Amino acid sequence: MSKNYFKIIRAGINTTFQDLGRENLYHIGIPFSGAMDNRNYLLSNKLVKNDLNSPVIEFAYQGPLLKYHGDRINIAITGDVNFRLKKNHKVFEGNCYETYLLENGDEIDLLSTNKSVYGYFAIGAQIDLELQWKSCSINTKAKIGSNDGKKILDGQKIQIKKISKDFSKKKLNYLNSKIEKIRVIKGTNYDYFSDKGKKIFFEKEFIVSKLSDRMGMRLEGPKIENIIDTNIKSEGLLKGIIQIPADGNPIIMLSDHGTIGGYPKIAVVISADYDKLVQLSPGSKVKFQEINLSDAETLFKLYEMETQNLISQI
Amino acid sequence: MLKNISNLGDAALYCDFGNEVNKEINSLVIRYFKTLKLKKIDGINNLTPSYNKLIISYDLKRTNYKNIKKIIENITIDQKENLSSNKIEIPVCCDKSLSLDIERLEKKLNLNRDKIFDNFFAKEYFCYMTGFIAGMPFLGDLDDKMRAKRLETPRVKVPKGSVGLTEQFANIYTFESPGGWNIIGNSPLEIFNSKKEKKPNLINPGDTVVFKKINIEQYKKYNE
Repeated sequence: MSKNYFKIIRAGINTTFQDLGRENLYHIGIPFSGAMDNRNYLLSNKLVKNDLNSPVIEFAYQGPLLKYHGDRINIAITGDVNFRLKKNHKVFEGNCYETYLLENGDEIDLLSTNKSVYGYFAIGAQIDLELQWKSCSINTKAKIGSNDGKKILDGQKIQIKKISKDFSKKKLNYLNSKIEKIRVIKGTNYDYFSDKGKKIFFEKEFIVSKLSDRMGMRLEGPKIENIIDTNIKSEGLLKGIIQIPADGNPIIMLSDHGTIGGYPKIAVVISADYDKLVQLSPGSKVKFQEINLSDAETLFKLYEMETQNLISQI
Repeated sequence: MLKNISNLGDAALYCDFGNEVNKEINSLVIRYFKTLKLKKIDGINNLTPSYNKLIISYDLKRTNYKNIKKIIENITIDQKENLSSNKIEIPVCCDKSLSLDIERLEKKLNLNRDKIFDNFFAKEYFCYMTGFIAGMPFLGDLDDKMRAKRLETPRVKVPKGSVGLTEQFANIYTFESPGGWNIIGNSPLEIFNSKKEKKPNLINPGDTVVFKKINIEQYKKYNE
């Protein structure tokens, strides 16, 4: 056992280790998984000078309360997170996108995400984790990944293997912008829906339901009528696919989705909007906007350039 | 025949082999899948074969729809190549404590349980695909008289190892999961093991599966 570790005093709601996820396993039923909000994941690693694909702690709504034991260590939080640090009995509010140096006995309390879902806690060190298919990403449904595929629990320890020796203070000026319109490309079963149903899909507002997690996001709103068949022969799914089951309410597949499904696909969220999509908290209102493939490709290039630009500012 | 290629979103190709579900079409899907898997084409990061579709996912940072489509249109698939499939025997116990939906199946199929079991164990099954949950095989085809619809209200928890029937297919729940298939029995055999990274699945697309009936004593002793 290492002498450097974090003790989890309170685990938070859905706290897991994540990295970039695992590829080439759809055919056996294993999705990509990985950090939901890729940009914030990358920025957290860059701030603490980790390799960009290093494991970080992802949390939803409420994060963990941790106490650190060991030699000094650099940490950073990204997303839109309210958190406090406790150093020598002094408590102060922390800022996202800024590194903090922790010393033996310090505590960090990740209180809540602010009108968003996911936050990221990166540690400037190598964390002692088991990998599966070269990834630490925890998929709690399939019990795959580090921590025996389970969420991080109260009382457990996070062992540090090797602390990075560069403790320089880093800070980035960045504000997470909200998304109101989710841009989509028509799906392969678009014609299964009535003209009225298609009109509703693109013109009406939908509300993100509480029944949303790393597997999928359920939406509520006016029903979308199917005029052909409410089932298709089961076929592959991808993150971002919007399925409409028999009840007429859209479900958007997210990073831990089932790999095969039998509901008609009305549309697919474009890659450029995925990070912002996953941050929509229950109760948020959304509208869909149709765009074509070539625009979607251009928008992704721009989004990716912006991400790289932010990374290079750190 | 690969009938049509279109885009599914901005990071995947949707290869359509038709609408029928049969061994011939599915075998061609699997040939495409195996050929592409061996070729390790740059930018492709996932392949999902199903009954009559193949979805090819790619990394939009490295390539795009036009490039991958061109590669797929010009690829040579060996039509005669053996699918190198295995024949696998799966022990299944249909004791009433494990055959959760046998009464429902008797009513739905209008057959008594002995007839249902006889028919189920007499057949050889073909694995069309694996997925939904990790390692779950979709096996076919059940005889016409054995085809039942899903449960109207799916179970919140189907026990690990459960063998289910729906329409022309049988499946095996590789771990506890929600599900709506009619449960006929349970297999003590480990079908999916994530610790075996090289070969986590016991049953793969193209494989042949036979079920062997075991009694409750054999079932209990199986993993001792």
